[in-house]
Amino acid sequence: MDNFLQINNGQAIKRSSIPCLPFPRFAELLDAFVKNDGFIVQFFAHVEDGRNKLVAVVRNNQLYVAATEVGETFPSLTASSSSKFHMFEREIAEQYGITPVDHPWLKMVRYHANYRQAADVFGNDYRQDIPGNYQYFQVEGDSVHEVAVGPVHAGIIEPGHFRFQCAGEEVFSLEIQLGYQHRGIERMLTQVPMKRLSIICEGIAGDTSIGHNLCCCQALEALTGLAVDPGAQVVRCIALELERLANHIGDLGALSGDVAFNPPAAYFGRLRGEFLNLLQVLCGNRFGKSLVLPGGISQIMGEEQAKIIEDKLKELEPEISHVCDLLFSAHTVQARFENTGTVSTKMAEDLGLVGYSGRASGLPYDARVAFPTEAYGALHANRNEMVNGDVYSRASVRREEIMHSMHLIKSLVNRAGEVSAKRTMHEISLEPDSFVVTVNEAWRGEVSHCLLTDKGGRIERYKIKDPSFHNWTGLAMALRNQEISDFPLCNKSFNLSYCGFDL
Amino acid sequence: MLKIIRNRYEQGCKTSNYPQEPIALYKRFRGLPKINGDCDPATVGQCAAICPQDAILCEERKIDLGKCTFCGRCENVGDGAFVTFSQDFAMGTSSREALLCDGTLPALAEHAKKHFKKLFGRSLQLRQVSAGGCNSCEADTNVLNTPFFDLSRFGIDFVASPRHADGIHVTGPVSKNMKAALIATYEAVPAPKVVIASGACSISGGPFYGSPEIIGDLGSIVPVDLYIPGCPPHPLTTLHALLNFFK
Ligand code: SF4
Ligand code: SF4
Repeated sequence: MDNFLQINNGQAIKRSSIPCLPFPRFAELLDAFVKNDGFIVQFFAHVEDGRNKLVAVVRNNQLYVAATEVGETFPSLTASSSSKFHMFEREIAEQYGITPVDHPWLKMVRYHANYRQAADVFGNDYRQDIPGNYQYFQVEGDSVHEVAVGPVHAGIIEPGHFRFQCAGEEVFSLEIQLGYQHRGIERMLTQVPMKRLSIICEGIAGDTSIGHNLCCCQALEALTGLAVDPGAQVVRCIALELERLANHIGDLGALSGDVAFNPPAAYFGRLRGEFLNLLQVLCGNRFGKSLVLPGGISQIMGEEQAKIIEDKLKELEPEISHVCDLLFSAHTVQARFENTGTVSTKMAEDLGLVGYSGRASGLPYDARVAFPTEAYGALHANRNEMVNGDVYSRASVRREEIMHSMHLIKSLVNRAGEVSAKRTMHEISLEPDSFVVTVNEAWRGEVSHCLLTDKGGRIERYKIKDPSFHNWTGLAMALRNQEISDFPLCNKSFNLSYCGFDL
Repeated sequence: MLKIIRNRYEQGCKTSNYPQEPIALYKRFRGLPKINGDCDPATVGQCAAICPQDAILCEERKIDLGKCTFCGRCENVGDGAFVTFSQDFAMGTSSREALLCDGTLPALAEHAKKHFKKLFGRSLQLRQVSAGGCNSCEADTNVLNTPFFDLSRFGIDFVASPRHADGIHVTGPVSKNMKAALIATYEAVPAPKVVIASGACSISGGPFYGSPEIIGDLGSIVPVDLYIPGCPPHPLTTLHALLNFFK
């Protein structure tokens, strides 16, 4: 990676130090990189002095960045190199009206007009309601039929549209069309006053409030040189782990419900609430909103709060392990979980899956270990035993992570004396002409924010990536040749974010 | 089987006795604000200046609970000189204006519509529509079906089809891309029907106010009967509002 610049997680650099390579060289290097255990963290477009630029942030066990300049089109890397580029290139086409030529499946990502007022790549008229003139993939044949679901689903869940092409029960292809939650967040973040940034980032995906806002605050800290005291770092880690616990536990409950095994569904449902309540003990909000601020945290974790958390964990740990045992040892559950919705290691790698979905398919990447932030550098890593890529593996990985997270929190709350100073929000001025990328392992996997500031220190481009951006395609592939009735189970085992994707 | 019994025993009965018995929330929970009406204008101005939601009405010394995300930042100014938050989670209102709050709210039960109580008091079926937002509102609505709250014991259920529903419960700022689906769902509910706006997003756009990609005010598309503030509303806020408005 000679021509790419190696960078550190959460460290601001000058924009001028980012190598800008001629496109053929850029493409050649990226191609070699992704075919050699390299993954894409961010790949996006922006306009610099009236010229279209593409920026790639990639990782193996290090982070690298490079840029290139393109015109109105560029040769698709999805076509010439790897599926890892697939969604990123579609996004570039939608956000900036730049066409990746020969992209094998170029279609809109979220349904909105591009930022450049350039001609729309998809030929959409955005005065029309979604899905406009969007073309769905078609399968034809005698016993082929199509099932369409959404955007309003049966339960209390977010909107998205799913099309299944089936023969009888068997699914040939699942097409997932999102975008219904699009709120224009990336654009907003370049236009609103500083005081709104955190609150908007907490709203990218509410179940990942801590994860996303942490990325935002770390980026702002890097761009101002604000230091965070070690006590605040401890609290931030605890919060991120509580968020992970609440979600994993809730999902194990939902998985039990999907195979009609009701006792653990009810118990996990209640246990999840206990962790939301612990977040409320920390900061007054069950989703950890308003806790993390640039430079620290908004509320002190005193002895009182530390004790509440510690006592609660002591009480809940045996309960959780018993309910897990109940779920995982039931034959009926095993029969439904095993070999359902399998994503092979190869497929996971081709698509660049992250988080537990990747780990369950044998990709061990965990950003807490690879690019540790806050207090993670000194904490134990987790190991996953079950990596067959099926629903059973994704559930087992969650179970292992639940136990690991509780262990982490126990070791963190015990760091006596490391209570932290309370911080209030104020205007801060950002380093001009700078670039920073932040990466954290939120509960679903790698969350990343990338900021570019202009000459005046204003945010010129704010790029967000939720792990779901990688993993939705994983779900679509997991459904191939499955029975359509397995969809809820597969879906819940991934439990991807709609709003985190839609932005 | 033994495991099922052992777990059942360990879990016990966790359902709360609310509303027969009050529930105390941990002191850091921010519910209905207490507002100092005599606060000096400079402090009020400072609060308004740091409020990320522009939810503070300086002249009237009020907070717009429809915009407020209960982030608590204003409470830090002058150590709560203008605002402090109580743990009172009862914040539902039957009108948008009532959310412009000087520290008190009208008793919801008295402002509830009589014919709604008669029609839906014993059984209320709602269709939930998630229309943008961050999904915390949906998550904390779902929680009402867990054993602690056990919403069904009050005869209130969330159903799959709008045809089976008495009304819609809407969360999110209504993204432009969800507008058509929201209206179609509303229209599919047979009249007489109710509309509930839940969370800062559906009431005012919430954290996303001002974005050209959202509608930002459910009331501008369909008539709203019940407002439930919060970001997200605490499950008890929702439960209190549903019980007082319909029971
Ligand atoms: S608590 Fe409400 S009024 Fe106070 S600063 Fe936050 S959003 Fe504004
Ligand atoms: S009101 Fe707050 S919690 Fe609810 S959807 Fe909007 S941002 Fe999320």
